[in-house]
Amino acid sequence: MPDADIDIAVENEKDYTGSKIGMWLFLFTEMLLFGGMFLLYSVYRSIHPQDFHNGASELSIMIGTVNTIILITSSLTMAISISATQKGSRNLSTIFLALTIILGLLFLANKCFEWGDKFHHGIYPNSAELLKDSSGKVLFYGLYFVMTGLHGLHVLVGVILLSVMLILVINGKNNRKDYIKLENSGLYWHFVDIIWIFIFPLFYLIT
Amino acid sequence: MNFLEEKGRYRGIFAWIFSTNHKRVGLLYLVSMLAVFSAGVILGLLMRLELIAPGQTIVTARAYNSLFTFHGILMIFLFVIPGLSASFGNFFLPIQIGARDVFFPRLNLLSWWLFISGAILLLVSLFTKDGPADTGWTFYVPYSIRTGTNVSLTLFAILLIGFSSILTGLNFVTTVHRLRAPGMKWFRLPLFVWSLYATGWVQILATPILGITFLLVIAERFFGIGLFDPARGGDPLLYQHLFWIYSHPAVYIMILPPMGVISEIIPTFARRTIFGYKPIVFSSLAIAIVGYLVWGHHMFTSGMSDTAKFIFSLLTFFVAIPSGIKVFNWVATLYKGSIELGTPLLYALSFIFLFSIGGLTGLVNGALATNVHIHDTYFIVAHFHYTMFGGAAFGFFGALHYWFPKMFGRMYNEKFAKLGWLILFIGFNVLFFPMFILGWQGLPRRYYDYLPQFQTGQVISTIGSWLLAAGIILIFTNLIRSIIHGEKAGKNPWGGTTLEWQIPSPPPPENFEEIPLVEHGPYDFGRKG
Repeated sequence: MPDADIDIAVENEKDYTGSKIGMWLFLFTEMLLFGGMFLLYSVYRSIHPQDFHNGASELSIMIGTVNTIILITSSLTMAISISATQKGSRNLSTIFLALTIILGLLFLANKCFEWGDKFHHGIYPNSAELLKDSSGKVLFYGLYFVMTGLHGLHVLVGVILLSVMLILVINGKNNRKDYIKLENSGLYWHFVDIIWIFIFPLFYLIT
Repeated sequence: MNFLEEKGRYRGIFAWIFSTNHKRVGLLYLVSMLAVFSAGVILGLLMRLELIAPGQTIVTARAYNSLFTFHGILMIFLFVIPGLSASFGNFFLPIQIGARDVFFPRLNLLSWWLFISGAILLLVSLFTKDGPADTGWTFYVPYSIRTGTNVSLTLFAILLIGFSSILTGLNFVTTVHRLRAPGMKWFRLPLFVWSLYATGWVQILATPILGITFLLVIAERFFGIGLFDPARGGDPLLYQHLFWIYSHPAVYIMILPPMGVISEIIPTFARRTIFGYKPIVFSSLAIAIVGYLVWGHHMFTSGMSDTAKFIFSLLTFFVAIPSGIKVFNWVATLYKGSIELGTPLLYALSFIFLFSIGGLTGLVNGALATNVHIHDTYFIVAHFHYTMFGGAAFGFFGALHYWFPKMFGRMYNEKFAKLGWLILFIGFNVLFFPMFILGWQGLPRRYYDYLPQFQTGQVISTIGSWLLAAGIILIFTNLIRSIIHGEKAGKNPWGGTTLEWQIPSPPPPENFEEIPLVEHGPYDFGRKG
């Protein structure tokens, strides 16, 4: 029985509830990963409220807002793509999935501009410019770079994941009867979106 | 045909390292972990040898620091944390719930690959850059940021192992939810399964905190972000908080599965159903939940408000309640049982004895006033070795003897197994009991040198370490020899009642020809048949 264990894997993957439980459990771990940083944020913010206020006013609300809109829209296109697959419309699903990927890339491009601008002004971890400032500011930017960086990394992973899904949708491996991979990837994408929904106000809006 | 003989797509070693069969993955884990354990024992022996006399004996101060760092890393992150759940859990969880495999077989294999990659990277970190890390297994900042040793790679290796632990937990929780055989209701699950289920949740919910903490230390070392660096306004205490938010629940990741094994062994060897099945289940869950909220007791002398100390101390005492419930239930199960004193039961009984000592001295640590006196002394070292070695490792050896006939289809030599247990038990106590006294007298931990008045205790302890090593060698020799030369075991040598004893030994590749229908609880000895 050379393929015995593969059969079991296939058999299990048909159990959608089980696969989804697995995905949700994974998302819990992701939540706690970011949770550790939100914890650091809240402690340092309560120690240095003024510096965090000043730091926030130096970030571009414009770029932040645009990125928020981009990500929320991408969650919508993701959901539409899944619905389209469920209803059996492969073309529609392909288009909206591709759109989601493009929006994800747009987000990352925007992020690059934003970081690049800060680098240009000499603000990056361990930079001489930043270390001249108060320690609260150092911590604010430390958290800013780490949290948006880790989030950006998650977006990048999401884009790669969705690109794989795009192939699976185009070649019909994800279809009306079997779309659990696409749906789980969608859950991941929404999760990345939600993390941003918290990062955005904490760094850009609350001043 | 059994799973050991099964012919897959690959030959030789590849038939193992590319197999997604849960039994093979379990054995892969078992073998890799026993290798790690042996390495950890050797490091421990070297430390004990260094401490046989004051002053420098066989290694320098710096080498001693690396010795205890890696002894801790190997034993904690690579042996007791994945320990029972990754090896015996993988092997027996699906069988005990009447399934053919875990829910995500490929993820299961991936988790072993992550584990072994982490282990290899740790090995690499010993020889690259400026030598092995010397921070202790806790990697406290700011020293872990400043030291020139190879901390970053070490942390990354542990990250990989942590990720493998998360995947195992996630897999087990999903498996228990989705793959129970028909009729296997929640309260018909064997207690080992319950303990793995509780452990799985802790692995899922606690390990990511360690991940982000270590990531931040790595980032700190590479980019100088400043979040944990007091020179830049960061707070090293926050590191300690984050570290223990994971590492205290991790203590329960280590101890819950052994507790589950004890709950299996005792009914089987007392020929009685377990006393208080549900209280044991709920105490496992209670330990998992309350275990989350007590991390501050590692930091009583680090600087915390008195209110925080009071609350953490109180909660620490609460954890003793479910642990106590289990101990009483095990003892009550033995009462009026028809006891057969097999080797697994000897391990179970010594688990209860040693873990009780470890647990009760834990309360000494958890009380605020005494904690100040014994913090960072050998008393702590003795305490956690009584829980981790006396508890978790004795549980592990118990499981090894209990399930050995099932895994390999052969019996070990009972006389040598008992002798091995006796030497291990005596060696363990001679090794660690003097440390309680040394610590109470004020000997601080983690130094390669000490004042001459402590030498008597240190020498006794070192002699104990040789006894312990002799016991381990005897146990391993007996088991390895028995894989080939042991007598055929038959499918149910102990007269156990859980599902793994209803199938041939070693189990066939898919465990059950037909998925069984479960009609009664796990320890129904009245039924017999």
